[in-house]
Amino acid sequence: MNFVVIRSQGISLRINRRVPFMVLCLALAILVAMTMNLGRGEYPISPGDIVKTLLGLDTGNPDHAFVIYNLRLPRTLVALMVGVALAISGTIFQGLTRNPLADPSIIGINAGASLAAVSVIVLFPSAPIYTLPLSAFAGALLMAILIYSLAWNNGSSPILLILIGIGLSAIATAITSLMITFGEIYNVSNALVWLAGSVYGRTSEQVFSLLPWLLVFIPMALTLARHLNALNLGDDVAKSLGSRVEWQRGLLILVGVALAGAGVASAGNIAFVGLIAPHLGRQLVGTTHEGLIPISALLGGVIVVMADFLGRTLFAPIELPCGVITAAVGAPYFLYLLIRNRKK
Amino acid sequence: MIKATIVSLKEFKKRQMSGLFGLVLGLCVLLICLVCSVTLGAAEIPLHRVISSFIVFDGSYDRLIIQTVRLPRSLVAILVGSALAVSGALMQGLTRNPLADPGILGIESGAAVAVVVATFLFGSPSLDVYTIVAFLGAGATAILVYFLGSLGRGGATPLNLTVAGAALTALISSITTATLIVSQRTLEEIRFWLAGSLAGRDIDMFFQALPFVLTGLIIAFALGRQITTMSLGEDVAKGLGQQTALVKIATAISVVLLAGSSVAIAGPIGFIGLVVPHMVKFYIKADYRWILPYCAILGAILLLIADIGARVLLKPQELPVGVMTALVGAPFFVYLAKSKVKK
Repeated sequence: MNFVVIRSQGISLRINRRVPFMVLCLALAILVAMTMNLGRGEYPISPGDIVKTLLGLDTGNPDHAFVIYNLRLPRTLVALMVGVALAISGTIFQGLTRNPLADPSIIGINAGASLAAVSVIVLFPSAPIYTLPLSAFAGALLMAILIYSLAWNNGSSPILLILIGIGLSAIATAITSLMITFGEIYNVSNALVWLAGSVYGRTSEQVFSLLPWLLVFIPMALTLARHLNALNLGDDVAKSLGSRVEWQRGLLILVGVALAGAGVASAGNIAFVGLIAPHLGRQLVGTTHEGLIPISALLGGVIVVMADFLGRTLFAPIELPCGVITAAVGAPYFLYLLIRNRKK
Repeated sequence: MIKATIVSLKEFKKRQMSGLFGLVLGLCVLLICLVCSVTLGAAEIPLHRVISSFIVFDGSYDRLIIQTVRLPRSLVAILVGSALAVSGALMQGLTRNPLADPGILGIESGAAVAVVVATFLFGSPSLDVYTIVAFLGAGATAILVYFLGSLGRGGATPLNLTVAGAALTALISSITTATLIVSQRTLEEIRFWLAGSLAGRDIDMFFQALPFVLTGLIIAFALGRQITTMSLGEDVAKGLGQQTALVKIATAISVVLLAGSSVAIAGPIGFIGLVVPHMVKFYIKADYRWILPYCAILGAILLLIADIGARVLLKPQELPVGVMTALVGAPFFVYLAKSKVKK
């Protein structure tokens, strides 16, 4: 009996027994990772002082509050939120396409979002910051529609999806470099920092422009999880289980695209998080999406915060963007999955 | 019976003639493109001045521009275009993979990372070192992609190879980016090169890469017959008595020579190796003895045109030529993935 079933009025939930325990463990891991990220750097702060500062107590050193609240906390929060968003998005796409290799960064959705956001940065430099997630969302949505119409219609072939994604990414990347070649140099350097997939220099402004997206779409993802289970069995099974396939798939795609777009808009293209997190999550709690979505979300958060920590400390004082770290870890994992997947 | 033989012999001669005619035509077009490439650019130089600059050795600015900027650049474009196109055709024939391209399979990024790391470790190397290091990187990546792609069920299918190449490219690019960020000096020395551009290439670079490319092309052309057989499938080739292992090794050497040296002089330029062989195959279906030379000429023409476009479209600003080729080539890739790949 690995599952707990919760039933009350209108709600019925069946989750793996391990989920609550794993949620606790991962939440703890996130706290540890965030504390490490807040403490290490040019100006080290001891964990005790961090906790004190966050609780609003005086540590006897006014620098602490400044460093934590103005510099390190926003970027750590952005890293956490972006990781969560990308991981949920990856889980949704993997479930929908029944494709263990689907990841918003591989199938080109992130490239679409990047292109849209870079266009806004370069063409309308005075646009306020909350337009970035909106435009990234529009770009990601456009890309998803393109991919859907080109690849998914003829009976979803997992690899064809990736091939089309590679091609579309190449187009989007080329147009992005066009933008970079022609923009004003100041805007371009803004766009470049952002394109590398980094949370460098993020302020609370970014935190608050990202937050609404998470608050709207994460609950949606959690409520749609049960439909994702049905869709994951294939259209025919889902239909016979009483799912309104097209409608639910449309909603799920919207959620996945919105989260990917918002993530990319805040931190650029951080690759492979949406690939790794769901896979690790499945190892931990199995494939039921009610449990998998929260677990992979937390895993995604841990991964990006840790990647940011490593990026800052490995070659200190030089910073590597966390997107570089996730790619260096994620690409070999992708290859491993590719090989294992083919062998079955 | 005899009549049939005679007819097919006639037919054969006719094909030979039309093949040769096409080659000559291609060379003429290439020459016209070369003239355009030397004539067009930021500075307006009329055609008669261009011609006179080759005959009269006055010290004028026009002559300087043509001899030191435009001519070397155009020659490099020809060299790189034909090298990339032929290496793409070889890979497509050998692996029977319509999507093969030195860029897509990660070979260019392998050569690029080798150059970046070498610059990082040993400071600014000469072009000789660049070239050799690029060969090593290209060769190692080619072997790795083939190895990874052929693990698992189905072996080295187009899909496996392409996806393995894309993943490896992601990994390699992250190493490149990390190296460039860690070392500001490396970035300064190499960024113009990494964008995949033909700007600022001088004639020395052309002459240093020339022997490698020529060797690669000669090996490729000599292998035409064998590649044609291999493109029918390895089993067929074995059945016809071909030493497939030997052919594979020779082809790999040629691919590495061609792709490696083109990356060494021009940086990674994508999609030429993908698009050109398919264009040639509209005209010549299966005979690689003809496909390969056609690819060499058409690749040179395409890259020259792309380079002219990159310079002229938005004068006086200049686009990286890699962007031009990607804008044309990537949609083609999507089309091929959709139409040619069996699900």
